[in-house]
Amino acid sequence: MKKLVILGAGTAGTMMANHLHHELDKKEWEIQIIDEREEHHYQPGYLFLPFDIYTPSDIIKTVKEFIPKGVNLLTAKIEKIDAANNTVILKDGNSILYDVLIIATGAKIAPEEIPGMKGKEWQKSVFDFYTFEGAFALRNKLRDWPGGRLVVHITEMPIKCPVAPLEFAFLADSFFKHKNIRNEVSITYVTPLSGAFTKPKATDALEHLLSEKNIEIESDFAIAEVDNDNKKIIDYGGRSIDFDLLVTVPTNKGDELMERSGLGDDLNYVPTNKATLQSLAFKNIFVLGDASNLPASKAGSVAHFEAEILTENIIRFIKGELLKEEFDGHANCFIETGNGKALLIDFNYTHEPVEGSFPFPGIGPLRLLKESRMNHMGKLAFKWIYWNVLLKGTHIPFVSATMQEAGKNFE
Amino acid sequence: MEKQLAGKAITVNEEGYLTNFAQWDKSIGDAIANEVNIELTPRHWEVINYLQEEHKNEVALSIRRIGKSGIVDIKEFYALFPNAPLKTATKIAGIPKPASCI
Repeated sequence: MKKLVILGAGTAGTMMANHLHHELDKKEWEIQIIDEREEHHYQPGYLFLPFDIYTPSDIIKTVKEFIPKGVNLLTAKIEKIDAANNTVILKDGNSILYDVLIIATGAKIAPEEIPGMKGKEWQKSVFDFYTFEGAFALRNKLRDWPGGRLVVHITEMPIKCPVAPLEFAFLADSFFKHKNIRNEVSITYVTPLSGAFTKPKATDALEHLLSEKNIEIESDFAIAEVDNDNKKIIDYGGRSIDFDLLVTVPTNKGDELMERSGLGDDLNYVPTNKATLQSLAFKNIFVLGDASNLPASKAGSVAHFEAEILTENIIRFIKGELLKEEFDGHANCFIETGNGKALLIDFNYTHEPVEGSFPFPGIGPLRLLKESRMNHMGKLAFKWIYWNVLLKGTHIPFVSATMQEAGKNFE
Repeated sequence: MEKQLAGKAITVNEEGYLTNFAQWDKSIGDAIANEVNIELTPRHWEVINYLQEEHKNEVALSIRRIGKSGIVDIKEFYALFPNAPLKTATKIAGIPKPASCI
């Protein structure tokens, strides 16, 4: 009997467990998935919690209910991966031998990286919304915040769901308008990038929306510290920005497990072949989702597209065949723009987001890089798709794992 | 597009970054630095050489990594190349503008 072990039962790991459960011969292979958590969170929902659009029950389910019977789910803390000996060592001292290992341990915030960020104002006037606790505390804060200077801030790239802070700014504009206190609130978007986004065409479209919504942008801001006493953020160049309410996306890092195991880079991401998803260091280790160092978005859609390609590569690897060099960095993201509208972007390693129609070239019904109500409906429907289709590893009809160029207006 | 720098014809992209490192030499570096009002000292050159070396080894450049490089801390990096140090320093070094991931 051979053994395939998946570390992490989040979006990526759960999808992989479902895919491989269908593909591997149970008489030959045992599949085990290990995670210390018992709750599975719909992380895109963290964006909506602060504005009372979602409740905690929209976001939280159990890990167990999405793992197929026949896959062995182990709730345990992992101490170390001893890759040279094909062994996972658990915190309780037990160890597990594997033939193939899939790392899907994700990324999480590390506010302690910036002096003062997790200071005395943390969750008083300095919040994150990348954790359930942060988003929930922010919801309670926003319910009776009278207004003032709201600063939405990104610490450094890469971050999970790079469009989320922009969406937060757009939704905040809409939220305060509905509360009739938009005049009492100034919104500033602070980013280490040179503009609103990393890709030129999307940046143009998004900056236009920011100015339309009266949201100021401060770019090229590399934060050095949060000054809790004077409520300001200060960058290395000496520039400072005052806030009454700071909503920050702290540094994102991979799991400390990678540091303990000597498998990560300086942000604990695992160096990975960007086309095959095989670890660069060990042939029988594969990496999926936010845990890798791929130059692709850290997002559920990316993990979904990767999972389809990785499943095939695991089968090939087991048979001793050449891996398929197929992953193209495909990402597909809805961007909430407030007032019941959203944008949609679809891109990969080499093609930036442009205008067009999706998923049917020339028809749609979704429009790329343009605000529409239909896109917003797509975003809301996505929660249902996530729980009922995506996690189960079911292929989403008409949406291919690699990006399609038809229907996009490249120049 | 073509551009004349230090008496030589070089090719740059729309943001002024060299598209072919083979065209770079120290006089080109000096000329680009001059355009952004920086006078290059030996300290600047240490940083520029480090960036070029990292680029050659296909290491993705970031402010964080440079801060931990032991070559220069972030404070000094800003002092040497004010405002947007990584963008300015890579332009002078003749290497592509770092694509901060997506």
